[in-house]
Amino acid sequence: MVDVSIIGAGVAGLCMATEIAARGGTVQLYDRETSIGEHACSWWAGGMLAPFCEGENTEEPVVRLGQESIDWWDKNAGGVQRNGSLVLAMGRDQSELKRFARRTSDFDHVSGDFITEKEPDLEGRFNAGLFFGSEAHLTPRVALSALSEKLATKGIHVQTSSAPEQTTIDCRGLSAKDALTDLRGVKGEMLVLKCPDITLSRPVRLLHPRIPLYIVPRGDGVFMLGATMIEATERNRITARSMLELLSAAYALHPAFGEAEILEIGVDARPAFPDNLPRIRKRGDVIYANGLYRHGFLLAPALARMTADYLFEGKRPEVMDED
Amino acid sequence: MRQFYGVTLDNPLMLGTALYPSPAILADAFEESKAAVATVSLRRESGQDKAGQEFWSMIRDLGVAILPNTAGCHTVKEAVTTAHMAREVFDTKWIKLEVIGHTDTLQPDVFGLVEAARILTEDGFQVFPYTTEDLVVADKLLNAGCEVLMPWGAPIGSGQGLNNILGLRTLRAHFEDVPLVVDAGIGLPSHAAQAMELGYDAVLLNTAVAKAGDPAQMARAMALAVEAGQLAAVADPMEPRDMAAPSTPVIGKAFLE
Repeated sequence: MVDVSIIGAGVAGLCMATEIAARGGTVQLYDRETSIGEHACSWWAGGMLAPFCEGENTEEPVVRLGQESIDWWDKNAGGVQRNGSLVLAMGRDQSELKRFARRTSDFDHVSGDFITEKEPDLEGRFNAGLFFGSEAHLTPRVALSALSEKLATKGIHVQTSSAPEQTTIDCRGLSAKDALTDLRGVKGEMLVLKCPDITLSRPVRLLHPRIPLYIVPRGDGVFMLGATMIEATERNRITARSMLELLSAAYALHPAFGEAEILEIGVDARPAFPDNLPRIRKRGDVIYANGLYRHGFLLAPALARMTADYLFEGKRPEVMDED
Repeated sequence: MRQFYGVTLDNPLMLGTALYPSPAILADAFEESKAAVATVSLRRESGQDKAGQEFWSMIRDLGVAILPNTAGCHTVKEAVTTAHMAREVFDTKWIKLEVIGHTDTLQPDVFGLVEAARILTEDGFQVFPYTTEDLVVADKLLNAGCEVLMPWGAPIGSGQGLNNILGLRTLRAHFEDVPLVVDAGIGLPSHAAQAMELGYDAVLLNTAVAKAGDPAQMARAMALAVEAGQLAAVADPMEPRDMAAPSTPVIGKAFLE
């Protein structure tokens, strides 16, 4: 019988609890706070389920394991938009598009007409792009709430008391640095904008050699604009430079973003191991599942599935490096 | 071999630490490159409260000399402040001085550069100025106290190679005793080899390796290239000629019918 305490109710912990409960395990869930919120870095996530695009700058496991995420989220949280993703570059950065295409797979080269057909508001702005038709996106806070509510119907509520010493799955993210000394923080800054003048149906990545940007539509004229990647553990404070760069890129995508209202400024640090790949580590009675880096929503389902395979079937996870 | 502020480098490659897919790949690239120097840019925001120290300690673990830089600084004051922060964080007098004058080309502001170099040199820094190949600017940098010059090959991150070979050659010819490094613009191993063939003492590059599909393999290619170029420079290459010069005599060749 699988009976575990999960510490941390961010995207890693909630996926873990969902997966283990779905397989008939008993789960206790613990966190500093009783409800999901801005203390978890997944609160600030983009919510792109884009395994193929991520292949541009990550290693093979991310692309392969990330493909599980779309169906997993659809089944367990709903709200997945399967509209693909669009990768674009401004005229002078066309070489970045070539480079991106060489490093990725499962896309089509598309024309300006295609871009206009898919995203009418971008009409006339781009002559070429890449379309990753099998990718998807979701709204992170809605998805996290959905998981949380479903767990509650099974009697699993987030508790703030300290976890008992039984078999524990540690999903604390960067807070687990006390035990996982090779974990580091990679700072990310993001903005939430309201721009009713523009409608987009899918995430758009705007390539740039120095300031790559993505913009994810949240519906109702709301957009998430992200995200910087800075080697620092800092979890607050956006710099003027970062905000300037993010907003300039959005403005380059469409000048109407110049009129947008800034609804939120988010800053946090992503937990990452030196190769930026996730890990499962077993030390005594504790299993650490961590290092999701910028791939929380993309890889948390695979991390949960592998941990559950280990607990229920004794199958050693491919990302396990200590047991 | 010319020394860099009294230090002899084991290898003429200086490698940047930005833009890699992960710190693990960065470490692999350094191993393959055999680089003797790692350049690190210090964001002032992470310098102030040392939020970047995990990354910096990974750089220290590479076991090579660290050359902090003032990348992204657009004014003398900014560059000087960043240099001070870098000295504290990395405990070194070395500083690669960048004062950017143009946001599009990232071309150095040579006037600000000379001024910042003077301020930092007087303050005990050993300055590696990122400059153009301009001879007069080079002279002023040396007068300001710099003992190393780092002219660009082409704009930062452009991968265009050596844009002004004549200028780079002139610089080499005029400053026989000054260590010269081609900094920026290297895209391919052939560019790095060419810089070494011109008699330069080292090559500094980052994007060409970090943004390659396989950074470690490109790092190895660069290591081989600088070695080839360096050997060639020492071997006293032949002079190019306008006419063919047969390597075997044509007169008196036997007829074979």
